[in-house]
Amino acid sequence: MMRFFGETKINFIGKRNIAFAISGAVILIGIIFMFISGLKYSIDFTGGLSLELEMTPNTEAAAIVSIEDIRQVLRDEEITDTEIQELHDMEGRRLILIKTQVTGEEEARTGFTKGDRIVKILQNKFPDNYNPETFVRQQDEVGPRIGEELKGKAILAIFWALVGIIIYIWWRFEFTFGIAAIAALVHDILITVGIFAIFGKEVSLPVVAALLTIVGYSLNDTIVVFDRIREDIKKYRKQTYADIINKSINETLSRTIITSVTTFLVVLCLYIFGGSVINDFAFALLIGVVVGTYSSIFIASPILVGYFNKRLASRKKK
Amino acid sequence: MRNRKLRSLLIIAVLVFTVYFVAPLLFEKLPSFWTDKELKLGLDLQGGMQILLEVDYSELELSVEAKKDAVKTALEIIRNRIDQFGVSEPSIQPIGENRILIQLPGLKNFNRAKELIGKTALLEFKLVAEGEQVEEVYNSLDSYLENNYEKYPYLEDLDLVEAAPAVDVLSDEDSLATDEEGENSNLFTALVSSDDVPGRVPYKHINAFKALLNDEDFIKEIPAGLQLALEKISKKDPYSARILYVLHSQAELSGDKLDKASTKIGQGYDPKTSGKPYVSLEFNKEGAKIFKTVTGQNIKRRLAIVLDNVVYVAPVIQDRIPSGQAQITGSFSLDEVQDLVIVLESGNLPAPVNVIEERTVGPSLGNDSIRAGVRAALLGLALVVVFMIIYYGLSGIVAVIALMMNMGFILAVLTSLQGTLTMPGIAGLILTIGMSVDANVIIFERIREELKSGKTVRSAVDAGFSRALVTILDANLTTLITALVLYQFGTGPIKGFAVTLSIGIVGSMFSAIVLAKAIFDGMITNVNRDKLSI
Repeated sequence: MMRFFGETKINFIGKRNIAFAISGAVILIGIIFMFISGLKYSIDFTGGLSLELEMTPNTEAAAIVSIEDIRQVLRDEEITDTEIQELHDMEGRRLILIKTQVTGEEEARTGFTKGDRIVKILQNKFPDNYNPETFVRQQDEVGPRIGEELKGKAILAIFWALVGIIIYIWWRFEFTFGIAAIAALVHDILITVGIFAIFGKEVSLPVVAALLTIVGYSLNDTIVVFDRIREDIKKYRKQTYADIINKSINETLSRTIITSVTTFLVVLCLYIFGGSVINDFAFALLIGVVVGTYSSIFIASPILVGYFNKRLASRKKK
Repeated sequence: MRNRKLRSLLIIAVLVFTVYFVAPLLFEKLPSFWTDKELKLGLDLQGGMQILLEVDYSELELSVEAKKDAVKTALEIIRNRIDQFGVSEPSIQPIGENRILIQLPGLKNFNRAKELIGKTALLEFKLVAEGEQVEEVYNSLDSYLENNYEKYPYLEDLDLVEAAPAVDVLSDEDSLATDEEGENSNLFTALVSSDDVPGRVPYKHINAFKALLNDEDFIKEIPAGLQLALEKISKKDPYSARILYVLHSQAELSGDKLDKASTKIGQGYDPKTSGKPYVSLEFNKEGAKIFKTVTGQNIKRRLAIVLDNVVYVAPVIQDRIPSGQAQITGSFSLDEVQDLVIVLESGNLPAPVNVIEERTVGPSLGNDSIRAGVRAALLGLALVVVFMIIYYGLSGIVAVIALMMNMGFILAVLTSLQGTLTMPGIAGLILTIGMSVDANVIIFERIREELKSGKTVRSAVDAGFSRALVTILDANLTTLITALVLYQFGTGPIKGFAVTLSIGIVGSMFSAIVLAKAIFDGMITNVNRDKLSI
């Protein structure tokens, strides 16, 4: 059968300082970007309106409506703070994406939400680009208070996931393993969010779901390595921790790579073919699979070595 | 040996379960009991609208009780209105203290839905029409439909010509049937007849009937001064026939003239009323005056209590009521009386209801998502299958069987729970394709190691599985923790993702540890192998 590599004897632990430096640098750049341009949150968290309309001329004679036309028409109705983009979907339909803030004040005054108002205005102004069945493709309108609530919920969710994990690992392994695993997970989240900041991508509700999934995936990977470490520590009592853990990583390396490859393949399919709705979600996962695999080997395991060696040293002193 | 039998039974049970629930997805022609439970598509896949409403009593000084009542009233009003759209599976549920989540899958006319939801509630008291007037309505609509049958193609599917009552049926209170002449002559009567009794719209006709009521040309044919209104949907049996009322369209009284409605329990020794719940009404000064006249002039006639064109109850006026204090009695359950009180109070809904979140997905986006999801899933599946077979040979095929089993298992569990498949749910499924082979990979790598250390095939397989077991449990249980947290945190679609992911984790443990082991055992026991394709 096929085999990517035979028995490997790579000294992963020896390269930990290089790994730490690379990770540190990526995280630092991400944080710098977060400070300079800020992390972009989607309307799920800020509140606001995201409206996707299909505007295709419905007769031969009808003109294509330009973004400037739309902006002008909305400005006439005193809707000014809009961000308008043109998109094309898989079938080549012409889509208009309008994003703006909502305060709830419009609704109290006019009886319509801002999204409904914009839909009405545009369908009246451009009747030859209006098809009743398909005009509104997607309309998300989130009140500012809901956004705040969701933000709180998202942070709490990640927090509770980490707490749950640390308790489980503490119970099944020991506390040190838990700390090392959590360090790797925090590393994964920071890098993923950092890359979102660097690319200027929006953090939405599905992206938070992706972050939690990355936590799950990366942890899965880490646990498999830890499990082998636990086994090998019992087996090779005479060797140094660095040697044992290196051996464990090498023994589980082919499994680590294969699972990463299969998962990466499907996430790549999801990213390329999965459609607009889950594109950012798939992008986050794509980063997460790579980072999660890397962190089990280069972050979680070396931290474990550090802990064990320190403990050994303090025991020897006594 | 007993263990093996148990294992075989377990595998067969899971297999039967999976096939049973996945079959309806693959084959169209199955007996109806089989397709009872089907996998529903989420709002984001079939299109539809989701609205989160908040009852805003922040500027009112209300007691805790009054706040609860305000939410209940809003809920009842909205339920009543949404019933009028004819959306097949609306969901309206209270969330937390003062919020209401409305989901309308498959809805196309977003504007009309929003207008209806945003309207203020209208509570009216209207007299029920009787005798000749009812007959006139039925005659007029029967002949209109006879002449305009082609205009309403949806009537054709209902087999009305067959179902039309053959003889005149005289109903005592609600309605009168017409005489039959030609084949199509009493289409309307047939539409609103249940078991040959006119004036009761059977469940399967309800949507067609609602569509007619929304048609302007049809409405014009109702004789002036009269209108049609359905009885409210029964909470006990939503599929039961609903009474059709012919009402005088002029309201005698409106809800704002009602001061108070409350639930009371009958006192005294009369077995007819004692201990039975009833509704007590109190009109304001102006209301009391009108009520006195109306009741005085219409003794023994029925006065319908109508909320947004739906009749909640139509009690018979027993006597002239001068005081403005009335009672509605009858064989009501306590629940029914409380619902009625909620409806009566809706005339003066104290707290405004605001839309705080709205998510709409058009059908074209939904279709695109399904297509994209299926394409990504099939391609991902193909890649993983090819990879596993190339890398592990015959054992790779075992892993693929386990993977297929797991996919089927996820869909089967979702179907049996009457779950909903959302786009993130599909993403979860796709992710599971990649992640669920992990358990097999862990086992196979372990077996390879054992083989390399010189063990026989048999003991290498056994050792591989038993050593890998702990790893698989630890790795999957921790992942399950994050999936559960995700479920807790998530709103609709994200919950869907968490659910498929969780089922996938459980399913992959089963298919790798139990199913794959069984196949391996079979492969090794039957033939005495000294080589294993892995």
